[in-house]
Amino acid sequence: MAVYLDILASGVLTGLVYGLMALGLSVIFGVVRVVNFAHGELTVAAMYMAWVLASTLGADPLLTLPVIAAALFAVGYALQRFLVEPFIGRPEHEQFMLLLAVAIIVLNGLLLVFGPDARHVKVDYAYDSFELGPMLLDTVRVYAAAAAIVLAGGLYLFFRFTDLGTAIRACADNLLGAQVVGLDVRRLYALTFGLGCALVGASGTLLVLMRDATPQLAIQLTLMAFIVVIIGGLGSMAGALVGGVLIGVSEALAGFLLTPSLKSLFSYGLLILVLLLRPEGLMGRRA
Amino acid sequence: MRARLLLGGLFALLVLAPLGVGAYPLAVLILILHYAYLGIAWNVMMGFAGLLSLGHALYVGLGAYVAAALYASFGVPALIGAIPAAIVATLAGLAIGALGFRFRVNGVYFALLTIAFAEFTRILFDHMEWTGGSSGFFLPVEHGQVSLVALRGPPVLFYYVALGLAAAAFLLARGLMRTRLGYAWLAIREDPEAAAAAGVDVFRARMAAVAVSSALTSLGGVFYAFYYNNMYPEQIFSMARSIEIILAPIIGGMGTLFGPVLGSFVLTLLGEGTTALLEHLGLAAPGAKQVIYGVALLVIVMLKPAGLWPWLAQRLRIGRDG
Repeated sequence: MAVYLDILASGVLTGLVYGLMALGLSVIFGVVRVVNFAHGELTVAAMYMAWVLASTLGADPLLTLPVIAAALFAVGYALQRFLVEPFIGRPEHEQFMLLLAVAIIVLNGLLLVFGPDARHVKVDYAYDSFELGPMLLDTVRVYAAAAAIVLAGGLYLFFRFTDLGTAIRACADNLLGAQVVGLDVRRLYALTFGLGCALVGASGTLLVLMRDATPQLAIQLTLMAFIVVIIGGLGSMAGALVGGVLIGVSEALAGFLLTPSLKSLFSYGLLILVLLLRPEGLMGRRA
Repeated sequence: MRARLLLGGLFALLVLAPLGVGAYPLAVLILILHYAYLGIAWNVMMGFAGLLSLGHALYVGLGAYVAAALYASFGVPALIGAIPAAIVATLAGLAIGALGFRFRVNGVYFALLTIAFAEFTRILFDHMEWTGGSSGFFLPVEHGQVSLVALRGPPVLFYYVALGLAAAAFLLARGLMRTRLGYAWLAIREDPEAAAAAGVDVFRARMAAVAVSSALTSLGGVFYAFYYNNMYPEQIFSMARSIEIILAPIIGGMGTLFGPVLGSFVLTLLGEGTTALLEHLGLAAPGAKQVIYGVALLVIVMLKPAGLWPWLAQRLRIGRDG
């Protein structure tokens, strides 16, 4: 029984990081209405940044997180400004192909620079664990999950209580209204894309504590972000975290009960069911 | 008239090509024709009927595995095995289509549904011991055997099969576009609701597009299996392959007949050229070719979203669809 509790806890903790990554996708889609198909590729790019900083400077990913998040913010801002912006209002499939092109370039650029080998970040506390009642929690996962919760909470407060956050929400809720009252929608879109990518930067940095960085991980993570967000409902913040936890737990359980390589079978099965039965997601509003 | 002359000229050149080229250019030509063929097949769904499929690797993989398993286990020749292969892939396509269309899964969501099914199947095949699981499936090769029916023989045999497949698919797509069904597809692509209001049975027309596209794609898979003689679920069902399939028609021009062919020529030559150049300079590295593909896609989507062919056709003063 205790082993199930451990697995459950580890799934929840990992799932929160998945949720944070998916939150980035959700924020971008919710506001800019563009599906960022390069999400996993950018996440892996962040993982490599953390690896480079850790292996050259010996910096703990938890400390370099703000730097990497800021770098990814800049990437996202530029991406929106120079590439995505002209595509706002163009057919969905053209936007998709644009981001697919970005994904292909980032993925293979990483492969070109870092090669196909897995890169591992080693921290002193890699094998430590906390004891909580009958449960053993990996220290890395606890730190990563705590950081994910803090960041998601901060994002909520930002959207709820700051003028900038309110302005961004206004663009999402009523674009025409936002333009009428004089909001600079182009700048707000770029900020939102940057913000979504900053979340990617943060989650990539946290993820590298738990998994090795390889270019091949990118497509998997893109799909994972989609699965999480669609299960939780595109555009729903709480939904992204809940979806992340759900996927984290189901993967952890499937990895324990069956062969680990079968675990994503459940994610894809779940995705198919949700797409068919509740395309607006478990926590989304019906359009 | 001009278009027919140009097409006829190109076809004649391709028929004669093996007489004048070496082994490596022939291999590149086979690759070009293979991706042109798959591009035509994908184009039926996305270019004509407006259904964005990102899971076409599923049909390649099913076609390859069914025909290969029948050959390896029962000695069924490729040309006969292609029939059950196409049936299995078409049934898979129809099942996905029926689910997607009945449950109103549209646009990008439909694309995700197709990815999910392809990935699901990839993992299933990874664990299917009968076909070798993740360590792959290999076709027995007997040297010196030459048979068109069994698809066994030298590269030049595969070249003509690839050429035949591409030419047949081109003619089929061209023929279909002049039927009632072809016009129904275009109407649905532009506006499904208006098409339905005009009396088009949207569900049936979409299912027909899926059936044609998945059946054609699976035959490409059969070709792949017998040309390469090996297959791994990790590769044949992968999303990277699905993306590879859609690049040529996007770059050449979605919804046009000649676009996938032109796109395949441009992309493959670009990719092989880059690889050769980098090897010559001693800089060859995995990923270089794909970066070039990504940049090509980016440039096309930004500057010529309709693709290269409509632009080129205008320059050559021939009808949009050649």
